[in-house]
Amino acid sequence: MAFPLDYEALRVAWWVLLGVLLIGFTLTDGFDLGVASLLPFVARDDSERRMVINTVGPTWEGNQVWFILGGGAIFAAWPFVYAVAFSGFYLAMFLVLAALILRPVAFKYRSKRESRGWRGFWDWALFVGGFVPALVFGVAVGNVLSGAPFSFDTDLRIAYHGDLLGLFTPFTVVCGLLSVSMTALHGAAWLGMKAEYGVVRKRAQTYGAIAAICVVVLFAVGFLFVRFGGLGYRVASVSDMAGPSNPLHTMTAKVPGAWLDNFRTYSWMILAPALGFMGAAMAFLGLRSGREALAFGGSSLSAAGVISTVGLSMFPIILPSSSDAHSSLTVWNASSSHTTLFNMLVATAIFLPIILAYTGWVFKVLWGRSSTAVIMASPDYY
Amino acid sequence: MDLSVVDLSRLQFALTAMYHFLFVPLTLGLSFMLFIMESIYVMSGKAIWKRITKFWATIFGINFALGVATGLTMEFEFGMNWSYYSHYVGDIFGAPLAIEGLMAFFLEATFVGLMFFGWEKLSKPGHLFVTFLVALGTNLSALWILIANGWMQHPVGAAFNPQTMRMEVTDFLAVIFNPVAQAKFVHTVSAGYLIAAAFVFGVSSIYMLRGKWTGVAKRSMTVAASFGLLAALSTVVLGDESGYTLTDNQKMKLAALEAAWTPEPAPAGITLFGIPDTRTHTTHLAVRVPWVLGLIATRSINKPVASIYELVAVAQTRIASGMQAYDAVERLKANDKDPFAHREFAEHGRDLGYGLLLKKYVADPRKADIATIEKAAWDTVPNVPLMFWCFRIMAFSGFFFIGLFGAAFFLMTLRRYETRWILWLGALAIPLPWVAIELGWVLAEVGRQPWAIDGVLPTSLGASSLTRPELWATIASFTLIYGALAVVEIGLIVRTIRKGPFTYALPEFSDRFDGPRPGAMATPSSAPAE
Repeated sequence: MAFPLDYEALRVAWWVLLGVLLIGFTLTDGFDLGVASLLPFVARDDSERRMVINTVGPTWEGNQVWFILGGGAIFAAWPFVYAVAFSGFYLAMFLVLAALILRPVAFKYRSKRESRGWRGFWDWALFVGGFVPALVFGVAVGNVLSGAPFSFDTDLRIAYHGDLLGLFTPFTVVCGLLSVSMTALHGAAWLGMKAEYGVVRKRAQTYGAIAAICVVVLFAVGFLFVRFGGLGYRVASVSDMAGPSNPLHTMTAKVPGAWLDNFRTYSWMILAPALGFMGAAMAFLGLRSGREALAFGGSSLSAAGVISTVGLSMFPIILPSSSDAHSSLTVWNASSSHTTLFNMLVATAIFLPIILAYTGWVFKVLWGRSSTAVIMASPDYY
Repeated sequence: MDLSVVDLSRLQFALTAMYHFLFVPLTLGLSFMLFIMESIYVMSGKAIWKRITKFWATIFGINFALGVATGLTMEFEFGMNWSYYSHYVGDIFGAPLAIEGLMAFFLEATFVGLMFFGWEKLSKPGHLFVTFLVALGTNLSALWILIANGWMQHPVGAAFNPQTMRMEVTDFLAVIFNPVAQAKFVHTVSAGYLIAAAFVFGVSSIYMLRGKWTGVAKRSMTVAASFGLLAALSTVVLGDESGYTLTDNQKMKLAALEAAWTPEPAPAGITLFGIPDTRTHTTHLAVRVPWVLGLIATRSINKPVASIYELVAVAQTRIASGMQAYDAVERLKANDKDPFAHREFAEHGRDLGYGLLLKKYVADPRKADIATIEKAAWDTVPNVPLMFWCFRIMAFSGFFFIGLFGAAFFLMTLRRYETRWILWLGALAIPLPWVAIELGWVLAEVGRQPWAIDGVLPTSLGASSLTRPELWATIASFTLIYGALAVVEIGLIVRTIRKGPFTYALPEFSDRFDGPRPGAMATPSSAPAE
């Protein structure tokens, strides 16, 4: 079949879109997760907590769809990645699910009853629903960078050779904490814009500034691990960029430090890590000086920079196998068919702008600071 | 492949999917009922309709939260528990799931917040439009999920690619306009409307029986009776039996749910009652009505309905052909230029899935003997007594609701709101549509066995390489979390119903800005003093 775009270009387009979805998720649902994990610390009594919860109350549900769409899009465009990552990281994925299952119900159910025990329980559930997914996502990215122990047989059936505890190494824990700090910073920046003026907003800005420092430090530590910690893979065979998706034809080799190769070859890529650091610095300044747009813009740029850094450092590898040189997944061997990538690109080109337009409109309608007085007077609020 | 891992994976999927579907149908139907109620409010300007909308919206919200929460599991469970399935059909199956996110779930989830929090921030028609978008989103969501599920039942527009060892799409429009998917969509959303109507009618009946909040109850009942009658008719008449003649597996499902063991001249009769015996392949104590099944299933008087024995014989031939397809694929793995293997695959490729059925018994299907082939052919028969009874209970419920809503519609039109028997019946019937809808899924999915994808991939090959302890851990945790959440959710819904529509709404209902004063309502019993 003839398509206006060749297979190779579509694969790169879907690699970029994978990044766009991850960044979209982090920039929107990221602050929901961050607000939830800051909740017990920035808001101490019931009225403060309701005020904080209602800064994200009406919009978190739409934001979460970035995550669900991410799952669907990986399934459709990168079925090998979907199959290997979710079955390989089985129990970790379950932890994320369990935490995220608590979130919708916690939002909805928390303020339906007056009892302190009831509300305390759901506040705790919201915290878990914000903190655990952020941590596990970071740990998962760390494992992607370290390589995962899986292999394919000739039927392309996946065997996974690791376990839950094997996912936690010093490097992956650093990645997990970086992810928690990123979402906490983003959540704090959001509270700066959306929480009413007062003590809660002040606390959020203090915690946010700490989180910004953590982002800078942990991101730098991550670099040290990549540089000196023996991490990195390289494609060791000639890739047929428009060839059939079959990982068995590719060979990868573990080469310490190889994740920095791309930055040496294409110096413009250094922009991504630079954004990661500078965005966090901007956010820090914004939070300290009370300039909210600077803080939120900074935390957004920082998150986009950190995620882009991971993607660019690995390109064209998506998920390296640490146990079989012929099983690693790359942009050239793990995608859907030419037809499906094209159809999905058309669907995305049609719907993504529409989504962005109505999401923007909804945020605009609901714009304004969350106010304790208004919330306490109306039963409609969470 | 460790079969117990497959069985545990199926158990987990069944538990989580059936649990998810306790909440989804109410969302599907109640969202449209909210739109109808709010439309009446916007058109009539009567404040009581706003109160009615907001009351049912509160329950909608409690239910919606758990639907969203449990839907997350579904999106990721394919990859977690069915990784070979995900690899094998992701090229086709992933697309509708992704489009569901793009086209439907974003719409529904983005506007649902505005629906709850936007009453003061939007104009009346503006808010009504938002409610409509939520209803549209939930129903479009069902459309894409059922396109995905319909493809599992009737995998059109795709072919196996030996180079990538998976199914790949050949005709995406055929996947979207799959007749099985379309029939399923109409049947499933209608059933969702029916659940919502039965729920609203039942709860309102309880209010009427207790003499509480009768103004809200009467109006809600009127909406529910009309909406419910249409929904029940559409659920039954547009039931997805029409799709049951399209493929061997769908035919087998039909034969199984009718316990049609042996051939019968057209048009076939329907068995109202009987006890299917899986050992002797007969049905004891059968009570039969001639002609009906042939008319429903084939929409004709001269096309026969295939029987189980005939379909097993077909399966046996296809398994023999599938062994050759398997052989061709193995040779193509070694040399993808082999012209003879290509020709063999072109001839037998469509039966590859049937060859894979043998993997349950032999590692290499090419080495299966005739007895094994016969055993595998009988595996294509799903659990006949289960099918038989699920179908009968489901179909009975459908007809029951046509009767209930028909009578209710008649009585509501005559304004005989206080007819005790219909109120009692309505209240007692609240759980029945949930039973029917779950049995409907059992029918569709157990009836699809032994296939994950009809004729393409046996379920036993689809699972991930997990261990039994991992699966037991997640099954136990899901049961615990879901069980606890069910208790909380039902508790909150009961609490909301007990509190009634006016608990904290008196100032608003006194109505300084919003339509006529309550004293001017049609029925005096709707006064807020209740």
